[in-house]
Amino acid sequence: MKPAIAITLRERTIKETLENTSYITASCSIGGNEVIKNGTRFFENHGTSVQEFLLSVYQYLGSAYPRFYKMDNLSRLGWLTAELLLRDSVAPGTYAPEDMGLLFCNRNSSLDTDIRFAETMKTMASPSLFVYTLPNIVMGEICIRHNFKGENDFFIFDRFNPLFITFYMEQLFSSGAIQAGICGWLDLIGEDYRACLFLVERKSRGQNLLFTEQHLQNIYLLQHG
Amino acid sequence: MEDLKKQIVEQLNLLHIKPADIGDDQPLFIEGLGLDSIDALELIVLLQQQYGIKLNNAEDGPQVFRTVRTMADYIKTHRAKQD
Repeated sequence: MKPAIAITLRERTIKETLENTSYITASCSIGGNEVIKNGTRFFENHGTSVQEFLLSVYQYLGSAYPRFYKMDNLSRLGWLTAELLLRDSVAPGTYAPEDMGLLFCNRNSSLDTDIRFAETMKTMASPSLFVYTLPNIVMGEICIRHNFKGENDFFIFDRFNPLFITFYMEQLFSSGAIQAGICGWLDLIGEDYRACLFLVERKSRGQNLLFTEQHLQNIYLLQHG
Repeated sequence: MEDLKKQIVEQLNLLHIKPADIGDDQPLFIEGLGLDSIDALELIVLLQQQYGIKLNNAEDGPQVFRTVRTMADYIKTHRAKQD
């Protein structure tokens, strides 16, 4: 009887561990005028400004989404990264809208647009710039595009913080708030920009990396040095 | 009206649209050009910045900004008053 109980307990532990495991099922980063999807260079266009570069990525994607043109640069960067991250990664409708969440972090908040908006205030304040003077507006743009209605959070950190991201996402998963989510770093100020987003799911899709601090750090460093 | 179309495209960041593709009588909002409430505010800014015209009565907005032609008419009328 004793060994049988031991096996049962071990099986239960394994089952619980697996139930609490999440996977990085896709990653996408944009920086240094290059786009990298799942570790492979997808697109590059050097020698252009950030605005020109983001527009060239949009045109390369062939998306027809006129709203893109109205977005500020931070939202364009986030929208494009999420667009590429999700493309061929998860079929639309796989998750209920309420089960998909977003957790983004950056260093410069919406300062890039805040400065531009402040400039317009010297003559006439621009309403279309004003609506982008919050960092989490980009999450709204992504949610509108993909019909996500789950938890949304945006935090400001001095640098990429994989420990916080794994901790917070696991809280969202374990509380049942979400079943899948996009998380990572999304920062832009002037011509300096860097995006690195991860699709994280409870279910593995083939040979996926476990959602751990170390794996996030490794992918981020691999793509952004 | 061609100048006004260029100004609209520039002010609203409609980079995917050529000014010449906007019809004189094409509705600007919803089923037409698909503008939204923020765009309406930008059109008010455009009137003020480019033509020095203030839209004092917000209720006039839907009629003034119905099409490029109605905007042009409004500008013509109010410029004449200014002169």
